[in-house]
Amino acid sequence: MLGQEKIRELTQQVLAMSKAEQTEVVFTGTDSALTRFANSAIHQNVAEGNTEVRVRVVYGKRIGVASGNDLTPEALKRAVDTARAIAMRQRENPEFKSLPAPQPIQNVEAFVERTANFSPEQRAQVVNALCKKAKAKGVVAAGAFRTSASEIAVANSLGVFAYHPGTVASLTTVMMADTGSGYAEVAHADASAINADALAEEAIGKAIKSRNPTVAEPGEYTVLLEESAVEDMLNFFAFLSFSALAVQEERSFMRGKSGEKVMSENVTLWDDGLAPDTLALPFDFEGVPRQRVMLVENGIARGIVYDTPTAQREGKTSTGHSLPAPNSMGPLALHLFMAPGETPKNEMIKNIERGIWVTRFWYTRVLQPMPVLITGMTRDGTFLIENGAITRPIKNMRFTTSYLDAFNHIRAISRETKLTHEEWTGGARRMPAIVTDGFRFTGVTQ
Amino acid sequence: MKDLTGRALNIAQVRGASYADVRIVERVTQHVAVKNGKVEALEQEESLGFGVRVLVNGAWGFAAGSRLEPKDVERVVTQAVAIARASALCKGRDVNLGAKIESKGVYETPIKINPFTISLDEKIGLLLKADAEMRRVKGVKVARGDLTFVRENKQFASTEGAEVKQEIVECGCGIVAMATDPATGDVQVRSYPNAGGRHQQARGYEFILEQKLAENAGRVAEDAVALLRADQCPSYDAMTILLDGSQMALQIHESCGHPIELDRVLGSEAAYAGTSFLTPDKLNKFRYGSDLVNITADATIPGGLGTFGWDDEGVPAQKSDIVKNGLFVGYLMSRESAHELRLGASNGTMRADGWNRMPIIRMTNVSLLPGTWNLDDLVADMDDGIWMETNRSWSIDDKRLNFQVGTEMAWEIKGGKKTRMLKNATYTGITPEFWNSCDAISNEKSWVVWGTPNCGKGQPSQVAHTGHGASPARFRNVRVGVVK
Ligand SMILES: [Zn+2]
Repeated sequence: MLGQEKIRELTQQVLAMSKAEQTEVVFTGTDSALTRFANSAIHQNVAEGNTEVRVRVVYGKRIGVASGNDLTPEALKRAVDTARAIAMRQRENPEFKSLPAPQPIQNVEAFVERTANFSPEQRAQVVNALCKKAKAKGVVAAGAFRTSASEIAVANSLGVFAYHPGTVASLTTVMMADTGSGYAEVAHADASAINADALAEEAIGKAIKSRNPTVAEPGEYTVLLEESAVEDMLNFFAFLSFSALAVQEERSFMRGKSGEKVMSENVTLWDDGLAPDTLALPFDFEGVPRQRVMLVENGIARGIVYDTPTAQREGKTSTGHSLPAPNSMGPLALHLFMAPGETPKNEMIKNIERGIWVTRFWYTRVLQPMPVLITGMTRDGTFLIENGAITRPIKNMRFTTSYLDAFNHIRAISRETKLTHEEWTGGARRMPAIVTDGFRFTGVTQ
Repeated sequence: MKDLTGRALNIAQVRGASYADVRIVERVTQHVAVKNGKVEALEQEESLGFGVRVLVNGAWGFAAGSRLEPKDVERVVTQAVAIARASALCKGRDVNLGAKIESKGVYETPIKINPFTISLDEKIGLLLKADAEMRRVKGVKVARGDLTFVRENKQFASTEGAEVKQEIVECGCGIVAMATDPATGDVQVRSYPNAGGRHQQARGYEFILEQKLAENAGRVAEDAVALLRADQCPSYDAMTILLDGSQMALQIHESCGHPIELDRVLGSEAAYAGTSFLTPDKLNKFRYGSDLVNITADATIPGGLGTFGWDDEGVPAQKSDIVKNGLFVGYLMSRESAHELRLGASNGTMRADGWNRMPIIRMTNVSLLPGTWNLDDLVADMDDGIWMETNRSWSIDDKRLNFQVGTEMAWEIKGGKKTRMLKNATYTGITPEFWNSCDAISNEKSWVVWGTPNCGKGQPSQVAHTGHGASPARFRNVRVGVVK
């Protein structure tokens, strides 16, 4: 960790090197460690320190980007020169207007010293306790315990300077019995808030309960989807539906639907990078403050997220959802929330006459973007529900179903929510468990 | 650099490591992307650093740093040793690497034209031309094209005396046309030369020129628009299908390449990527596919993304049999896993995604060897079937058994001829049943070394570039569409 002042100096140094009309510097620094375990023992255990400086230069309407991880003055100069050389050969982008101007950015506390200083011994102790618990119950433990500290800063020649430090701790586990397995996960900015004991109990309980599974016939079922499965659905909505680029390119169901009902009345979804109960990041990769964006309110389509290019295309302002330049993916909702419901999670099963309990989804892929038609498998804890109770474990099933359709048939939402960390984007999700009807299963695995 | 590796290995031994290796890796990536007539991305990324892997008390530790100053080397090596000591607090069997590896030498990807000497103007021009060709077709909503160039210089040294230096160069390219019908909500895409618009090989710029993007752009765009009006692919319980080469490459990657990774088999990926149905009791006994099916893992194929001099444990590149006349006969192995199962020496498949990742078992070039059929004869030999081209989606369970695949475009084949175009074609199956239903593979004339530059595995996540030689092949009694 370099700290705010050193990074400010470094970004100013880069801005001073550039002769471009506008210049932007994005700094990211990460110290991360991950302890991985399988067969109830640590088998991979790694740590990494890395930095990246990403320079975007603007000459007229021509833009070039270069990045490097070497912080010496010579290397920084080289990045600036490469970005310039690229811009000189670039074609004009007629849509480009300007890099964003400074706006006030709210400070959000997301850095926990304890997490940043968490040692390999501390991680090993947590993992060891978890593995011992598994062995005592006759199951095999696998999983990963990650702790990381990161700093992100964005500066540009128009006066933007935004800096944010954050930490993440996440623990995931799959417990395996001879013919069954159980999954559990948890994330928090504070590593000491991770309750490994409870996590182990949950996964071990599932592994034992899911032994000797039998086949359930494919078909339409009512499903109880736990938080990890709901997270997968939110990820696809974020990527396929809630981005202004997806709407502009006519591949999102949100297109032309503002103010209309698109989901069940009990569904409220929003994005909020400033919330205290997410892994906060108060600005985006252009240094624009993140706004809280209501996406779906009581089932009614309310909004989508924008970055500067997609906002300018519609004469709007960015909502602070840009990814790092150059970005062809468009804006992305990184801090999605789904509002909790009224039902305690342990009572959700009561009104299900016949259905399937799903712990998590696996290998989900898009078949058609508009209806968010997805195929995937269930994994690590799939059970048949009959007359309000779990009656038996079942073999993992393949589903091919529209997530949008599923969010139009939600009959119960849990009162409790869970926070998860998304590795690829560094974002976070907070969501409840749900019960929805008409979920289409199309196959069974062996 | 030799100073750095020597110093790192020395510190590791002084601190108590029984084995250590160090890799210094510098990777330069250039990316050019064009979308709807505009240059959307033009960037160059450089990343330099080193990673140290140590064995202490029979357990692994790994640490990596981006600064190469002597004090940083000392700090990172010390960290790796501390991590290994922590691993030993909760270890399984002591790690045994088997026989020593003392490789020495230099390897460079053979290239004709160095892609980093080609001007950005030329690269942009090539994509803009293809882009214009695509957008000339009425009904195309989004046209995009990509070029990717990678140069990786890496140095590996170990306390066993191995010392190798490699330069790997890759070139990748592709175009995609997307057509939409807002009235029906239909979205159709067509890619060339490979799914998602990226084919890649370990070759020079000559590879890009051979792909003739602009010459193929019009056809690709017309296909995308035609798909909007095409009939929906019907569902069948049992149908004959013919898969094109790029789709076969993916079928091999997902249903053979991953389940033969010995670390998955031994449970290392159980909590994440998953395990494998190809358990050790099946080795040399299990009928994976029909007699026609011969699959090899070969890190020496010219142009393959899994082609190199040595893997990231210093083990030389080699070719080994995976499936022979339908019988499952081999795994992708590391030193540790090969020794654990007493399967002899490693066949050299450990690779790391850059300096900041620990090597794990990765596919090299896992290929289906060509059969005897001319592709035209193969089509003519089909009374009633479906030809499917270019992957659109892929999903498989965590043991690699139940898969479902979507393709971009399909054709009905009746009486040995392609008749009507079909959209949204999917097929589904169980891995060994599927491969046992293979009854024809086309010959070397249609055999291509496809590149998969986006294979994800491991925690923290790693992306590997793998190669797959494949030609079109036919399968009987396959479930097509989503039947109740
Ligand atoms: Zn893969």
